[in-house]
Amino acid sequence: MQVRVQQENFDFGDECARFAAAREDTGAVVTFCGIVRAPAAGVLHRMEIEHYPGMTERAIAQIAQTALTRWNLTDCLVIHRYGTLLPGERIMMVATASRHRADAFAAADFLMDYLKSRAPFWKKEITDQGADWVAAKDADEEALARW
Amino acid sequence: MTLEILYFAWLRERIGHPRETVETQAETVAALIDELRAREDRYALAFSDLDAVRVAVDQDLCDMDTPLAGAREVAFFPPMTGG
Repeated sequence: MQVRVQQENFDFGDECARFAAAREDTGAVVTFCGIVRAPAAGVLHRMEIEHYPGMTERAIAQIAQTALTRWNLTDCLVIHRYGTLLPGERIMMVATASRHRADAFAAADFLMDYLKSRAPFWKKEITDQGADWVAAKDADEEALARW
Repeated sequence: MTLEILYFAWLRERIGHPRETVETQAETVAALIDELRAREDRYALAFSDLDAVRVAVDQDLCDMDTPLAGAREVAFFPPMTGG
């Protein structure tokens, strides 16, 4: 299991290639990358991501550990950025590896649902209309119920 | 008891600082919030809608009834928006 919380960008392709390389016990790798998108209204200048140092690493490690226990994974990786991000920049990624694809898909989906609502990050959008904190959606909280 | 209190996102902005040290006898998170609210308007405003506030005690997510005995750090923040 690898968890990285960092300000700097990462190369999604390199991370995927490194994660998938040389694994004889693995038959499937699933990856997801979250990207800063434009808001429904206005022009996004930048996104500021705040987090809770210490708790962030701990919460992500707990979520990843749950995934490893619950599915038959050979490994998983979570990278999540904080600080100032521009539109189109990568925010975070997860990768899961397993013998068969069903475990890798389900675990990646689970990781994303939990990271969304249980990892202490807060996003603020700075647009041409002003600055606003991104509100959590009820649907995000409801998504946890399916696990 | 001495507690380190942390605020994040709009709670930090409304209260005006990211952390502070407080002396308190509050037995639960809810009692601590009542003490903070009574201090100044900006605290009352920040804690006016508790449905919009989440809390972690010693970096574990918990709820308003959680006891504070033995706690060192309490953090208040809005619902998280990771991913």
